[in-house]
Amino acid sequence: MRKQQDFGKYLIIVLALVLSIGWLYPFFLIFINSFKTQSEILSNIVGLPEQITLANYPNAFYAMNYVSGFGNSLIITVASVVLTVIFSAMAAYVLQRRDSKFSTFIYYFCGVTMLIPFQAIMIPLVNLFSQINLLNRTGLTIMNIGFSVSLSVYLYYGTMRGISTELDDAARVDGASRVDIFFKVILPMLKPTTVTIVILNGMKIWNDYLLPSLVVNQEGMRTLPLELYSFFGEFTTQWELALTGLILAIIPIIILFVFLQKYFIEGIGEGATKL
Amino acid sequence: MKGNKSFRNIYWLFLAPVLIVLLLVIVFPFIYGIGTSFTNSNGLDMTFIGLENYKALFQDRRFLESLNVTFWFSVVSVVLVNVLGLSLGVLVTSIKGKFATFLRTTFFVPNLIGGVILGFIWQFIFIQAFTAIAEATGIDFFSNWLATSVSGFWALVIVFLWQMGGYVMLIYISFLTSVSPTIIDSAKIDGANAWQVFWYIKFPAVAPAFTISLFLTLTNAFRLYDLNLTLTNGGPFGSTEMLAMNIYNTAFQEYSQGYAQAKGVLFFIIVTIVTVIQLRLTRKREMDT
Repeated sequence: MRKQQDFGKYLIIVLALVLSIGWLYPFFLIFINSFKTQSEILSNIVGLPEQITLANYPNAFYAMNYVSGFGNSLIITVASVVLTVIFSAMAAYVLQRRDSKFSTFIYYFCGVTMLIPFQAIMIPLVNLFSQINLLNRTGLTIMNIGFSVSLSVYLYYGTMRGISTELDDAARVDGASRVDIFFKVILPMLKPTTVTIVILNGMKIWNDYLLPSLVVNQEGMRTLPLELYSFFGEFTTQWELALTGLILAIIPIIILFVFLQKYFIEGIGEGATKL
Repeated sequence: MKGNKSFRNIYWLFLAPVLIVLLLVIVFPFIYGIGTSFTNSNGLDMTFIGLENYKALFQDRRFLESLNVTFWFSVVSVVLVNVLGLSLGVLVTSIKGKFATFLRTTFFVPNLIGGVILGFIWQFIFIQAFTAIAEATGIDFFSNWLATSVSGFWALVIVFLWQMGGYVMLIYISFLTSVSPTIIDSAKIDGANAWQVFWYIKFPAVAPAFTISLFLTLTNAFRLYDLNLTLTNGGPFGSTEMLAMNIYNTAFQEYSQGYAQAKGVLFFIIVTIVTVIQLRLTRKREMDT
């Protein structure tokens, strides 16, 4: 019996190891080929590079306007996520604390808007923003916030239920204003939900392609996925550059993930259990 | 409700940003879009044409084909993603320590990366690496994966599984770990085998995870665009063009915006019906168990 169990354990570990190696292999394959020349990629695709070619990196870096793409992605993502957090936490706070028919209506309304697929509104949305001169980074940020607040209000509302109103009352007795209470007492208590919201929305916005392609597809305004897309299209006959571009686009995400791994994993689990 | 009174000053102030942004980004475009779907808008001019667009939808073979592809893609990937996610979840939770953390991270990583990059990585694999394998081994199975409609479809499924599997796994894990280990231990002492522990103890505990994972996979599969674009671009001959891409192309390549909008409205109706049915069925199941 004991032996059988041990055998089972080893089997599971071996299985997991094989699976995880296979899972990461696509990244590894792209990575090793980014150090090869075009002709070596075509003649020796799975082997390690015979001679490490580093030239692909600076070439791809400049050809894909990396600095501009990265900067645009960063500004748009950070602005969208920060504003989403503040706006939706404020809304959830008053909606949950002031019990009225209107509050309930808005709460359910947020749920309903989540059902609308982007494709059902993208045409009028782009036309509308073009008419008010917002087909730019500001417009994209506003759109990102619009597509993020519903879920965020939902999640914050759930957490707010668990924060006792006695806390608000105590702070009020001490003479704090409602605005103070929200920013100094409530918002810090919402932190676990904030982590979830930052991660879910941050990942979605940083990686998004379709919406930015409709809104900021001009030179100098493109986000990293847009730069990568046009770069890849231009260089598909030069795999060594195209693949290096992929690695360059992956690097910032991996760096962030390595430092904040715990929050990513927890944030997603939390988000799921709270829905 | 004396607390309510004190909110009078800030209620609207705190609610305004969310309301304004929702109206501007979702509500107004949605209503305007429904209106547009009854016109022949090309982005510049429009005339009211009643239900003509909706009638045309049912004779549009390319659209019906994309509806068909999207339907089968969603069915296949919803089943496979959840089987995979739950299996990975059970596998990872049955291992302890640092190795389990490593596994969680590994399986989740593709989801971090974003559809455009994932699609391009696999474009390289299917075109270059698979061709190299086919040439080296002479096995026909590996050649031309993105060039036929059937293998192109499965290529999309594979990459989608790789992308979503780890995400769904995390959802299952958070419910699997909520099962108290003492219950499992006592069941084992009573002589339950691994399969019985899974079926009678763990499986009922993950029922709420089902609802969430099915919902997420379904909506993601339905709205898939970036993988579709970067992996097959709808080819060969539009045979892997899914609904989202079909709407995009109609609106921004053919400039038939009124017609594309009618597709969008129909898309919304389908998504809503399917989601409501799905949530009802799974919630009911949860209550039964």
